[in-house]
Amino acid sequence: MLFSAFSLLSAGLFVALDAVDVAFTEAAVGAGISTILALATLALTGARQEAGTHHKVAPLIVVIITGSVLIYASIDIPPVGDSQAPSHLHVAPRYLNQSMKEVGIPNVVTSVLASYRGYDTLGEVTVILTAGIGVLALLGGRRRKKERTKSGDKEE
Amino acid sequence: MEHHHILRTITKLLIPIILLFALYVQFHGDFGPGGGFQAGVIFGSGIILYGIVFGLDKAMAVIPPSVLRVLAALGVLLYGGVGLTGIFLGGQFLDYSVLAAEPTKGQHLGILLIELGVGTTVAAIMILLFFAFAGFNREERG
Repeated sequence: MLFSAFSLLSAGLFVALDAVDVAFTEAAVGAGISTILALATLALTGARQEAGTHHKVAPLIVVIITGSVLIYASIDIPPVGDSQAPSHLHVAPRYLNQSMKEVGIPNVVTSVLASYRGYDTLGEVTVILTAGIGVLALLGGRRRKKERTKSGDKEE
Repeated sequence: MEHHHILRTITKLLIPIILLFALYVQFHGDFGPGGGFQAGVIFGSGIILYGIVFGLDKAMAVIPPSVLRVLAALGVLLYGGVGLTGIFLGGQFLDYSVLAAEPTKGQHLGILLIELGVGTTVAAIMILLFFAFAGFNREERG
């Protein structure tokens, strides 16, 4: 429930930042679907965690190293709203100025996602399909085995 | 959920609006916020809401998982197919300008088709995930 409320709040934040498309996704996916899936996962898991046999120090070291690298990298990030930031100077001006002439649709976000960066979006859709197949292979396979054993019991 | 009359009635009223809104977001993505991904998620949540309130069996009767699996793959195939059509018509991969007489018309058509592919795949996968989770839970209990 907290995640859902948080997602809804961030959706409001994105609207305030004029990123309506991102806000839309955040409200639909973050507040809607992922909350349902998180609750469904909670319903599938037991109340207690089994005692682990893993090492506890190694993951901590990995997390600390990754975290320090990320913090080190964040030092170079340009300040918020900096018009001279590299992301505003590379291809963004061309997309914003030429989109209407080249693609001819009013929503620049859609023209960037679907046309200029169409290859990326194709990859994203493939990732969604692959992830879905993965989940079905994990959850669906076990169910089929159970059905088989059940029908086997009946025959006996 | 058999005795939740208010919930069932409100859900019956809401689901057509949710599905209609999903279609609006799908086909109006060129002009306003939204697009295939958002539309797919909204369409999926409409069906998931139906599944939660009226039961998994009825939802599976509306859209069987076997159909959903085909739809999920069809969406990606539609996307890739539009890209390949660009090559056959003399352009580059995912170059929609060659799809129609005018480049902007071709872009319109290409974006509409690939957004439809994205929406189909996303909606099908979201509903399939819900079916997998909810169905697994039921098997465990039974």
